[in-house]
Amino acid sequence: MSIQVKFFASLKETLNIDDHDIKSAATVGEVWDITTTNTERPNNVLVAINLEYAQFESTVKDGDEVAFFPPVTGG
Amino acid sequence: MAAYILEQSFNPWESISEHQKSTTLDNQFGATATFIGTMRDFNDNVAVSAMILEHYPAMTQYYLEKLIDEATCKWNLLDILIIHRVGNIKPSDPIMLIACWSAHRRASLDACSWLIEELKHRAPFWKKETRANGEYWVEKNTNGL
Repeated sequence: MSIQVKFFASLKETLNIDDHDIKSAATVGEVWDITTTNTERPNNVLVAINLEYAQFESTVKDGDEVAFFPPVTGG
Repeated sequence: MAAYILEQSFNPWESISEHQKSTTLDNQFGATATFIGTMRDFNDNVAVSAMILEHYPAMTQYYLEKLIDEATCKWNLLDILIIHRVGNIKPSDPIMLIACWSAHRRASLDACSWLIEELKHRAPFWKKETRANGEYWVEKNTNGL
C-alpha cells in the first residue's frame, strides 16, 4: 500500500515538511498524524483526496493522493 | 469552453478577442460578460510590491474545468473562458479572467458572477505578498465586496 501525501502554501512552510509517501493509513486523520508526527491540526486546514475536497474522517486507500492546505485565496 | 493556468503575464482583452474568433459562436451570442481581476499595490491598507501565486497544479486545472461544467449545467451559455495566473506577479498585472458568452445577458452576467465567487472559494490557489517588512501569506479572500 502506498499513499502520496502533499502539503501546500503556508501550511507546508509552517510544518517545514516535504511531500512524501506513506505505506498505510485508514483515514485522512491518520495520514495527518503519521506525516506530521501527531502535530496538532490547525482549525482551518483543508484536505483533498485525488483532487476532490474531503474530510479528516474520510477513508483512504492504496494509490490515493492526499493533499493538505490552508484556505484558498485565488482570484 | 477553456481553462488555462499561465505562468506568464497575459493581456485579457487579447485573450477574449482571440478566444471569440477561435470558437464556433458564429452569430449566436448576444451577450459577453467579463471579469478581470488585477493585482493591487495594497492590501489591508498595507503597501504590496509583488506577489507569488502558488497552486496545486492538477487540482486547479481540474477545478477550473469542473466549475465550467457546473456553470454550463446551471445556465444556458454558449462559451466560457477562464484564465488564471500563477508565479510571480506585479501590481497592475491581470490575475484572473472570466468571460461568459450567451444569447441573452442574464445568463452570462449571472454565470460570470457565480464563477468568480466559486473560483475564489474552491480552486486551490494561494497568494503570498511582498510587503516592506517581508513576505506574508494572504489568509483569506475578501467577502465578495
